[in-house]
Formats: sequence, structure tokens, C-alpha cells
Amino acid sequence: MKTEYTVVQSSNISKFSSVVALLMVIFLFLAPWWAGRADIRLMSEIFLYLSLASLWNLLAGYCGLVSVGQQAFVGFGGYLLFAFTIFLGLNPLIAIPITGIFGAFISLPIAFLIFRLRGAYFAIGTWVVAEVFRLSFAQIQSLGGGSGSSLPVAIVKSIASSKAMRESLIYWMILALTVFIVLSVYFILRSRKGIALIAIRDNELASESLGINITKSKLFVYIITSGLTTVIGALIFLQKLRISPDAAFNVNDWTAFVIFIVVIGGIGTIEGPIIGVIVFFALRETLADLGSIYLIMLGCVAIFVMIRAPKGIWGYISKTFNIELFPLSRKLKKIKGE
Amino acid sequence: MDWVNSIIQGILVGGLYALFAAGLSLIFGVMRLVNIAHGDLIILSAFLGLTVSTSLNLNPFLSLIIVIPAMAILGYLLQRGILNKTLGNDILPPLLVTFGLSVIIQNSLLELYTADPQKMNAGNIEVASLSLPGGLNIGWYPLIMFIISIIIIGILQFIFYKTSLGRAFRATSDDQEIAQLMGLSKNHIFGLAMAMSMVVVAIAGIFLGVRTSFDPAAGPGRLIFGFEAVIIGGLGNLWGTLIGGIILGVSQNIGAKINPGWQILAGHIAFLLVLAVRPKGLFHRMDG
Amino acid sequence: MPKKVLETKNLNAFYGDFQALFDVSIDLFEGEIISIIGANGAGKSTFMRSVAGLIDKIDNDINFNGSSIKNLRADEIAQKGIAMVPEGRKLFPSLSVEENLLIGSQTKRSGPWKLSSVYELFPDLCDKKNIPSNLLSGGQQQMAAIGRALMSNPEVILFDEISLGLAPIIIKNIYQNLPLVIQDGMSAVVVEQDINKAIEISDRVYCLQEGRIALTGESKKLTREEISKAYFGI
Repeated sequence: MKTEYTVVQSSNISKFSSVVALLMVIFLFLAPWWAGRADIRLMSEIFLYLSLASLWNLLAGYCGLVSVGQQAFVGFGGYLLFAFTIFLGLNPLIAIPITGIFGAFISLPIAFLIFRLRGAYFAIGTWVVAEVFRLSFAQIQSLGGGSGSSLPVAIVKSIASSKAMRESLIYWMILALTVFIVLSVYFILRSRKGIALIAIRDNELASESLGINITKSKLFVYIITSGLTTVIGALIFLQKLRISPDAAFNVNDWTAFVIFIVVIGGIGTIEGPIIGVIVFFALRETLADLGSIYLIMLGCVAIFVMIRAPKGIWGYISKTFNIELFPLSRKLKKIKGE
Repeated sequence: MDWVNSIIQGILVGGLYALFAAGLSLIFGVMRLVNIAHGDLIILSAFLGLTVSTSLNLNPFLSLIIVIPAMAILGYLLQRGILNKTLGNDILPPLLVTFGLSVIIQNSLLELYTADPQKMNAGNIEVASLSLPGGLNIGWYPLIMFIISIIIIGILQFIFYKTSLGRAFRATSDDQEIAQLMGLSKNHIFGLAMAMSMVVVAIAGIFLGVRTSFDPAAGPGRLIFGFEAVIIGGLGNLWGTLIGGIILGVSQNIGAKINPGWQILAGHIAFLLVLAVRPKGLFHRMDG
Repeated sequence: MPKKVLETKNLNAFYGDFQALFDVSIDLFEGEIISIIGANGAGKSTFMRSVAGLIDKIDNDINFNGSSIKNLRADEIAQKGIAMVPEGRKLFPSLSVEENLLIGSQTKRSGPWKLSSVYELFPDLCDKKNIPSNLLSGGQQQMAAIGRALMSNPEVILFDEISLGLAPIIIKNIYQNLPLVIQDGMSAVVVEQDINKAIEISDRVYCLQEGRIALTGESKKLTREEISKAYFGI
């Protein structure tokens, strides 16, 4: 009797966790009814960071494109939101997705320039681009120049009539975006494109010899992440109601913390950013009062993890217990035979 | 005439940028490491110089007697203790570890010195100038700084190409494994390379600290200038890095002449232009 | 009684999870030239690299002049007096010919070999001493690689496939010089694809097959049949 095999991706644990995840999302969706305003704001922040981290992870962990300049798109999204609503009179809810399209578009000429650099030089190149954005937007007087501007009350009110409704709407948009991003990253990696990316990550030369067009794959991911990061930026500054070049294009807020989250959680895994964001916020809520000491500690933890446990917390758990909650590996399963 | 003055200022500051770049370039050449904390180490040197010169009542340049060895030892220990463990085929660990170092250095300086801008005082040399025909005024300090930068790059070239240490650096850079077969200890060689880079960093830091005010957050800006000079000049060529620094300095000054707020932006644009048109730099000898 | 200079005892070597050498016990006595033959992938280079200190995971022992070198780094082993002429020559492209030779003397061990004696042995190299080493012909590169190893005045030289990629007449020339090279108490291990050359040049031979020793004996006393059997594993 011939042994037959089939390829499966999910396991019992992953099926169970997907049910749990679905329940959690519904639970989180209902938050405006069971959580206070401060908690909703905190959760919004957590989701925004989770989104940024998932995207950065896709870029760096899977494509090997280590960017320390994603703040360029965060700030770009924020400024576009202000510009579209203030100058073009667009409703913020409509303006937000449009910023994403613009972000994706502008990533093309940027990629044209910085893809000429490799490795760490690529990273610094992305930083230079972010600086160019920062310095350029600081020149635009109509948007407040160097000191920035606030979102006019009328525009804020156009989102919804009551404050509670406004906050809930923004919260739901952020939650929806986060779920969309995490799932998108998951499905991209499950797809053929995704296998190509994982192959590239593991061995560029080998995958090139198999006919995988590396540049095209990387470009595709770069454009998508840039567009989505821009949307995240728009949402961030919709919440903050105020924008300035230093806040919009801040390396610490939008890159250093994001990198920390991904590295601690576990780079190159989908579960990693989730764990990382929980750890990061736990640390922040308890230690942030220490100011620069807190940041020094973060730096030390990041260095320690990178040297001793380069796969992060999830990497350790995943390897030790051999589990995947977002299953990406394909296993052979016997369906017939001895 | 004003324009000529600006351009000359740009050329002279190019020497300082070349020093920023030289340390970066050296490390990359020997061990393919890009140190994201490089700019912060320059600022650290400046603060160290500040503390030494004020507490010992020394001229800032004399503080180099202490700052140079201190930074060299720091570099050697940093390399052997932490950075050597990150080297390998993956680009992420060295990048993220040096990024973490950058955060640590910046915030440590913030804790120790506060965010206030500081500046070192070197006396008359800072304002003395040389009068040239045609109404040109060249500051003595920028001129001396430029000349010393050229000398330092010359010394680095000499070490690299005419000494046994330089031979060891080049061999290790070519092929780490075979270099070991020749009795070269990889860890030690890398430590020495970092120490040498830190000597250049120390000098650059003191020069910077006398020339202009600095604060704990100024590191990344210096890293970017050094990086831009390296890319414009082309990897693997120290003299090219000098030209890169000069081009950067001149672009910045031309930008500033048009609009003071455009100074740094003009430098970035010059960098992006070179990247667009000659991605490998103007005088490249090595691939990234 | 000749001194045993190098010995491996039941050596196992691994590349990650893959085992490349199984129970390899090889002896080298002072003044000897031994050769190691075997098909591609038999483990010859792995053996050389293990002795030189380039393999991370090894089990059991490697002894040099009686003391274990198993846990030493490659540069420490070179310092002790084991030099290698690596497979593929592997000269340093950024260095000139003379600089390549000079780097061989990094270990600062004392002995008869210095620039002048190497140039005497290989006059071609003297003419080309300031040229970047990667511009030399294959044969000249091989001479430079051998010279580089000699400059460290080693006790043991490991020659890893020195005939690879070279024209027959060059190979003949190099092997003619080999006895000149091994003088004053030096010992050598020669890894060779060409069985005839290996038999000719060595006192004793070991044949590896899929990581194991399949045959060993005095070179001139083994029959073609014995060797073929061990080489191909039939």
C-alpha cells in the first residue's frame, strides 16, 4: 500500500488560537462599552505600535531591508492628513486611506534612490530620507513651519458629532487597521510571494538562482509597507490633534521603539511583534518615569537580546516548545499508508 | 566674493566631515561593520574633552592627551566585548546592537550633562583669521583643522599600505579565515581597528567641540554627515572620502547662502543626487 | 625512533549536524611526507581544516608534538608551527605578492625561510613581487601560496590540493620542488586528487572514503588494485 502525504499548514494549537484570536478581536471591538477613555487611548497606542512593528518586521525580518527611516512615512501621513483636511476640505475619514496611496507612490522614487545601497548603508540612507522629509516639511509655513500646527476644531468635529463617538470611531479604525495589517502580513507570507520572501531571507543567492526576482519582491513589500505606515501616521496624528516636524519625524518614537518591540518579541515571526508590544508597554507603564535611564535600560535589553537570544522571546518559546500560532511552515502529513 | 568665501568655508569644513567619515570607513573596510553609534562616539569625545579641559584647566587640544587613549581603550574593549560577538553573515545584529549603543550613549550623556548645548573654548585661535587678497578672510582655525585632517588621512593611508598592521588589516578584510591561518587573531585585529577608528573619532570630537556647540543629541547628525561623505566619495577610498566631505561642505554652504534654513537639506540633496547618478560614489574601490 | 609530530585519534568532524569524518586516526612522523587521497567529498579537506583549526565541531583528539590542539583557535595553531597551503591558493587579493609572503611571517617564528630564501626557490615571484597577487598565473599563485606558508617557518605544512586547476607541466614543476621545500625536519601532509602524484611524492598514504580511512600503507608498496578498491569503495 503506497504511503500518501498531504501538505498541511495548521496544527491543533493554531486552530485553537485562531478561535481565541477571533473572540479577542470581537471583545476589543466592544471596548468603547466596557473600557474608560484613558484605556481606549492606551489600547489605540498599543495597536498603532503593533501595526508599525508588524510592518517593520515584514520589511526587515523577511526582506532583509532594515530601515531606520520609517518615521518618514509616519510623518508624511500625519502632514498629508492635515493638508487634505485643512486645504482640500476632505473629511478626515476619507483623507486617511488616501494618504496611504500617496505614501505608496512616494515610496517609488525613494526606493529608486536607496535600493542602490546595501545592508547598514541602506539603513542610514533611509534615515537621511526621513531627515529630508523633516527638514522639508519644516519649511512649509502654511502647515506651521518648524513649530507645527493644530488640527482645527471644525475638522475634528466633522468626524462625528459627539466626543465619545469620535473617539470610538478613531479607535475602531485603528483596531481595524491593525487586524488588517497583521492578517495581511500573515497571508502575504503564506502565499507564493511569501515563500519567495522567506527563501530570500534565508539565502539570497540560492533563491536568485531559483528564478525568484529579488528586487521585485523587495520593492513590492517596500511599497506596501510604506503605504500602510503612512496610513498609521495619519491615524496617529488624527489622535494627537497636533503635528510638528520633530514629533512627526521623530526617530525615537517611530523607529527606535518599534525596533525594540520587534527585536525583543522576536524578529521574523508574526507572533513576535505581538509579544514585543506587550513587553514594551509593560515596561513603559512601570518605568517611563525614569526618563533617560528608562531608555538606557531599553538599549541594554535590546543589546542583550540581540547577542544572547537573537530570535527574541517568541523565537525562544517557539523553538523550545515547537509551536506556531500563526502557522507558516508546511508539514507533511500522512493520509494513507504505513 | 561672498560666494567665494562660502565655498572656501565649505571646503575647509569638508576636512572635518572627512574625519567623521574616515573612522566609519576604516571599520567598514576591515570588518564590514557600520557603527550606527559612530556619531554619538564623536559627541562622547567632545564631552570627554569638555570635562577634561575644564576640570584640569587645559586647552581643549591638550585634553587630547587623555581623550585619545581613553577612546582608543574604550573602542578596543567595546569591539572585543560586544561587537565581535555580532559579526557574521547576518547584517541585523551589528546594526541593532550599534543602534542600541547609540541610544545608550545619547541618554547617558543626557543624564550626565543635561540637554544644554556646550562648547569648548580654545582662545584666540577661534577668531583669528588670515586676510587674503580680494577681500577674502579665512579663519585660522578652520584652515588648521583642514590641514590636520589631510595629515590624518595621510597617516591612515600610510598605516594601511605601508605597515605590517595595515597588511594585517587588509588581509583580514580580504579573507578572515585564511588570515587566521597566518597567525592573525581576528578578535585582536578587529579590536585594534576599532581602537584606531576611535583615535580619529577623538580628534574629530575635539575639533567639533571647539568649532561649534554640541549637545547629547547631536550624534546622529554627525553620523549622517560622515556617511554622506563616504557614499559621495566612494567606498574603500579614504582620499575619495575627503573629496566627499568637501563636496558635502560646499553644498551645505551654498544652500545656506540661498536660505539659512536650507543648509543641511542642501547637503542631503547633494548626497541623493550623487546616489542617483553615481551610486557607487565618485572614486569607489570597494563594493558594499 | 622517529618522533611522532602530528596524530589524530578517532577524529570525528561535523559541519552542523552533518558528520564528515568518522574515527579518523592518522599519524605523521618527523621528516615524513604522507599523502591523503580519496574521491571528492571523501573528507580530505575537512581533515586538513580540522588540523588547521578551522572546523568548529570536532570530537576526540588532535595532538601536535604530544599536546592537544583540539581546542585551539586557528591563529594559535599557526603560531605553534602548523601552516597550510589552502585549497584554491587563497592569496590575499588586496596584497601584493611580496606582502602576501610577508604576512606569512606574521607568526614571527624563527627558521631558515625568509623573503630571500623564498625568492631563491621561486625566482618568478621575485620579478613580480609588487604586483597584486590576483594578477599572477595559476602556477605562480601556487608558488606564492607555498612561499607564504614557508615564511612562517612551520614544523608541519599541509598542502591542500595544490595541483587543482593547474596545467600538468606546472604541477610537475611544483612537485619536483617539493622535496627541496621539506627540509630541515619539516613534515608534510599532501592532499591530492591525482593518485600517481600522491604515491610518487609521499612515504605513506591514507585513503579516505566517505569520511573513513579505507586503506593505509607505504606508498610504494600498495598495489593499484588495493588503492582502487579503497578509493571507490567497491
